Amino acid sequence: MRTNLQIALRFLLAKKRSMAMSLVGIAFGVGFIVLTQAVTTGFQAFFIQTILGTDGAIRVEDKFQSLTTTFAIEEAGTGEEVERVVIEANRRYQEGVSEPRLLRETLERFPEILGVSEVLRGSVRIQSATREGDAQVMGIELDDHLRVSKLGEQIVMGSLDDFRSTPSGILMGRDLAERLRVSPGNSVVLTYAGQSTRYRVSAIYETGVREIDRVRIFLHIGESRLLLKRPYGASLLQIALHDPDRAPEVAKQIERVVSHRATEWQYREKLYLDLFVFFRAAAAIMVSTIIIVSGLGMFNTLAMIVMEKTKDIAILRSMGFTREDIAAIFMLQGLLVLGIGVLAGWAIGMVSTYVVSSVPIAVRGIFVTDHVVVAWNFDHYIGAALAALVVVFIASWLPSRRAARLEPAAIIRGASQ
Amino acid sequence: MRGEAIRCDGLVRFLGEGEGRVQVLREVSFSAAPSTVTAIVGPSGCGKSTLLYLLGLLDRPDAGEIWIGGKNLATADDAERTATRNAHIGFVFQFHFLMLEFTALENVMIPMRKLGRLRPAEMEARARMLLDAVGLGAKTHRLATHLSGGEQQRVAIARALANQPSILLADEPTGNLDVKNSALVFDLMVRLAREHGQAIVLVTHNPEIAARCDHVRPMRDGVFV
Ligand SMILES: Nc1ncnc2c1ncn2[C@@H]1O[C@H](COP(=O)(O)OP(=O)(O)OP(=O)(O)O)[C@@H](O)[C@H]1O
Ligand SMILES: [Mg+2]
Repeated sequence: MRTNLQIALRFLLAKKRSMAMSLVGIAFGVGFIVLTQAVTTGFQAFFIQTILGTDGAIRVEDKFQSLTTTFAIEEAGTGEEVERVVIEANRRYQEGVSEPRLLRETLERFPEILGVSEVLRGSVRIQSATREGDAQVMGIELDDHLRVSKLGEQIVMGSLDDFRSTPSGILMGRDLAERLRVSPGNSVVLTYAGQSTRYRVSAIYETGVREIDRVRIFLHIGESRLLLKRPYGASLLQIALHDPDRAPEVAKQIERVVSHRATEWQYREKLYLDLFVFFRAAAAIMVSTIIIVSGLGMFNTLAMIVMEKTKDIAILRSMGFTREDIAAIFMLQGLLVLGIGVLAGWAIGMVSTYVVSSVPIAVRGIFVTDHVVVAWNFDHYIGAALAALVVVFIASWLPSRRAARLEPAAIIRGASQ
Repeated sequence: MRGEAIRCDGLVRFLGEGEGRVQVLREVSFSAAPSTVTAIVGPSGCGKSTLLYLLGLLDRPDAGEIWIGGKNLATADDAERTATRNAHIGFVFQFHFLMLEFTALENVMIPMRKLGRLRPAEMEARARMLLDAVGLGAKTHRLATHLSGGEQQRVAIARALANQPSILLADEPTGNLDVKNSALVFDLMVRLAREHGQAIVLVTHNPEIAARCDHVRPMRDGVFV
């Protein structure tokens, strides 16, 4: 084997220039796959963190009653009734959670559930000293809600302690605060069904999700009951899980046990999540073409080496090298280029990921960040190497097989005539 | 009875396809004993090279037997024929056919490394000894491309002898060398054969060389005459 490797190396060095082209192609292909995957998964993970940190892993709302239908199964031909089955045909929903305390007790027994927060929701008019607009009130129990969201980390002005100790305090989204020109300490008037109440802005938060930051304000749940005239019940329960990836199964379980609609974040944010998957796949495919093109180049070069080295192949065979040895010599040439290319590609990927991650950019939209978010994931490196391996394997397998099939007598006969 | 290094019986070989298919060898039988030099002579196109490739297990006969070391290798599988080539047969082609990216020393060592019987240091010592014997002791580290035709042919002989084969086959080994070099290369082969008990079978058009061999087998139209 070492002899085969040495021969492979010598053949390769004789074709340095064209092999260098393939090598550079593989290196950049691998590097770009790593980079694009790092960025797309980075943003995806960041987006998921953002949505988990605002609206939680699962939301339980709307009690339902299953309406069932009975089907009669008849025997074919005779029309005789064999069996009756009952299936769930429809659900009748009833808005909100009428017994939040009961529901909570049940949910807190789920081992997967990390925390439950009761939320009372309603739409109000909001007025500052100079402006007015619409807002959405979320009445919360602060400590419960901190357990199911990242609200604590999202405060950008003012303080959470002020909110905690002030019954008439509110937390306001940054976009809404800018629109109303208010800052912590200012007061605002909330109006619901003709009744107005004055509140004080304790702090301003920013989730990064613009739809939230421009309308949502948090109140203590007791205050919201007075304001919205809802002495009992809740609009929804927001739930955090130990393992957010298990949200779909937990949500199904919740629906079965408590007969309330439970939606997991994967379903809620499906549109954006699908978009990320699409971008990742598209980036991988586009970048893979670089590797495929280098694979074609490598195929060409190897096929050329086989043609130029037919005499050497005949000599090796006459000296006792087997067909497998000959195939190995040409496969090894491909694998040598692959090995160096992948290592160089990993280095390119690593360095470019690092460089890109320190590029300052301002993203505002479905999330907020001031630099490119990247994910350092070993799987990307393995995946890129596998893509290159497949291409190189095919590119070297065909010439190797050709080389192995050559008949030494035919070559020598041809060469000496 | 003297032992035979190689023997063949009734070798038949057709070459070409369809209309152009011709019978190149017509039941050729032949044997060579250790420590002897046999010359195969005959007009161009009579089938000398074809016979040599069959004896060297580079090509398969359409009929007949080839016996080396008590085995019929005409019908043996590829692996066994390849192993036999490695251990028992040395081949010198008309055109030197060295591996050009390798030095003289490396070229001689390649068959030894494939066989793997010696330790690396022993291989190198043996390769140096063989290159010394063919008068190239001073050029062991020259790349094959930087050697003259005669020098390359001498390296090829050293390489053919690397694994101490029982049979050395040479197809016009001096065909493209001048008179002085021809004599040199031939003398070298004969001397080494006598020293190590090898059977040498060579094809030649040179009457002087043929005259100096132990046996001369003239060939015509695919048979010995
Ligand atoms: N591929 C082929 N197809 C058909 N006929 C072939 C083929 N190769 C060789 N031959 C024929 O086989 C015959 C024997 O060829 P071979 O090379 O053995 O001759 P040779 O005795 O070595 O001649 P030379 O002295 O010129 O080297 C020749 O007549 C040649 O034309
Ligand atoms: Mg010939």
